[in-house]
Amino acid sequence: MTGLLAMFRRLEGPQTVGRGPAFWGLFALVLAVALAYPLFSDGYTVGNTVYFFVWVFIALSLCLIWGYGGSLSFGQTAFFGIAGYSYGILTINFGSGYGFTLLALVMAVAIAALFAVLLGYFMFFGRIAGVFLGIVTLAVTLMLERFMAQTAGPEWHIGAARLNGFNGMSAMPPLTIPWPGEPIVLFADVGLYYLVLGLLAFVYLALRILMNSSFGNVIVAIRENPERAEMLGYDVRKYQLITFVIGAALAGLSGVLYTVWGQYITPSSMGMTAAALPLIWVAVGGRSDLTSTVIGTLVVLAAFQALTIYGSQYALVFMGVLLVLTVLIAPNGLVLGAMNWLGRIASRLTQRAG
Amino acid sequence: MDIATHVFSAFYQFGDAFAFLVLSACGLAVIFGMMGVINLAHGEFIMCGAYVTAATVHAGLPLPLGILAGTIVSALVGVLVELAVIRHLYDRPLDTIVATWGLSLIATQGTLIMVGSTMAGVGTPFGSFQVGDYSYSIYRIVLFCAALGVLAALYALFNWTRFGVLARATIQVPHMAAALGVDTRLIYSLTFACGAGLAGLAGGLYAPTMTLVPTMGATFIMEAFVTVVIGGADVFLGTAPAGGVLAVVKSAMTSWQGQLFGQIGLLVAVIIVVRVLPKGISGFVLRERT
Repeated sequence: MTGLLAMFRRLEGPQTVGRGPAFWGLFALVLAVALAYPLFSDGYTVGNTVYFFVWVFIALSLCLIWGYGGSLSFGQTAFFGIAGYSYGILTINFGSGYGFTLLALVMAVAIAALFAVLLGYFMFFGRIAGVFLGIVTLAVTLMLERFMAQTAGPEWHIGAARLNGFNGMSAMPPLTIPWPGEPIVLFADVGLYYLVLGLLAFVYLALRILMNSSFGNVIVAIRENPERAEMLGYDVRKYQLITFVIGAALAGLSGVLYTVWGQYITPSSMGMTAAALPLIWVAVGGRSDLTSTVIGTLVVLAAFQALTIYGSQYALVFMGVLLVLTVLIAPNGLVLGAMNWLGRIASRLTQRAG
Repeated sequence: MDIATHVFSAFYQFGDAFAFLVLSACGLAVIFGMMGVINLAHGEFIMCGAYVTAATVHAGLPLPLGILAGTIVSALVGVLVELAVIRHLYDRPLDTIVATWGLSLIATQGTLIMVGSTMAGVGTPFGSFQVGDYSYSIYRIVLFCAALGVLAALYALFNWTRFGVLARATIQVPHMAAALGVDTRLIYSLTFACGAGLAGLAGGLYAPTMTLVPTMGATFIMEAFVTVVIGGADVFLGTAPAGGVLAVVKSAMTSWQGQLFGQIGLLVAVIIVVRVLPKGISGFVLRERT
């Protein structure tokens, strides 16, 4: 019991912004609005919101690895793609009966995580750090994209699943929950919305606990000064590898949910542009804080979609400009900066009142 | 077919791969080795060089002048980028990667909007020659010589000129160089321009051999990065031998299983090499020497 309490006390701490009744009140309010939202909206808009939520997971994974861990990984989209393809291959081969889609979700995430263990072992135990880490992960991502893009021929299949080259895989079954009588099929509207919202809230809170635990503190210590962390007796490589694998699993979850949402996955979801977008959301939001990342991702995604309506070509240029300006002017992120500013005002007000 | 033609074919393949790796990597290697900055917009500088070359050739200039124009324009763009963005980020290497990636997005998409999805190419000059049953392009031999020429020119530049000496001094101890009156900011600008110009040169040289599309930079950067990662921070002790080793891997894998496996071979090679030699070949050589 005390252990559980201690765990919940980790929900706030030095590594995450937001504490006290005001923050959690706001959090509950946002969650309540999110829960009630499908009642006031139509299926299409709800489905679109699911699409936004799906990307938050990969943004959180990058926030974990880059913002907290200090290792810039361009490989998140690789795990995204691996998990997405794995889900497709598994479900097309074994169908959606007996709740297999849920098992396939877990297995696909596990495959992505396994790949991360392999890649991460070579990188972190080879002590690749800094810019080299970014390059190697980027090379892996581009390689995977090229590999999948050339699998157009009929000889490229795993069981019944054709890989289909550049056009990608499609028509995998949606997530299905076995239920006495009629199984519940989660199409990309209200059903999937609640599942993804639940997962998102769970992952967000779990990451808060993780980052404020001693593990999270070590991760941040490694980001601040790897040598010092090592001198204090921590095996830097092990901590980095674990962070990397957790991040890969989150990116994989994002990939599976994306595949489930649209019932397709293409190699371009691993390409240069696809790899750049999460970086933009996280950088603009504020990479060193979970809450800023979530807010930043949703805001930038919404802005991107709004821009796409007026001219999709210019939207990407705008995103590039946004990224460069953020790095130059507000390296800690716009949302994080705004939140810290609000926090300072709030504390000043409470001091004056007290 | 006798053994001699086989040997020639293998050498030709090797030379082709070597030229591609070295030419696409040396601009990146100069910037990384001298400044510790990874320029993710490297591919876009290559694209810029190729586009300018093609445009000048279409305007009626001969190809060598076109390549020169591509090199110069890329170098000038490099100066602008350094002044506007890179200069402010020297103490934050990870942020330089992110910022240059933003630049790469802008450049790729901007080119797509302004020039269109493709540009008319330039014909490959010089024709071909016959050895045994196969015909070979003479231009590929020219590219190989160009790669060797670039390496030689870089060696001369950094060892025998005043700029080279000042640049190396700046790289070793920036504060000391500044105290002795070297304008380190200017040196950094010039070095970045040099790297960007080399990227433009690579683009210009390869413009006659490939289709010109806004995303063509992506075909170079993987090879370029792999070579720089394996080579380490030094252009001569790193990039050149790394190019040689990787060219063997790539040409062997390519002739065995095709283009894609050549690239997979490169990737596997890089992951293994960084596990064994974290600082690349040049780091290894320099450690042995001291």
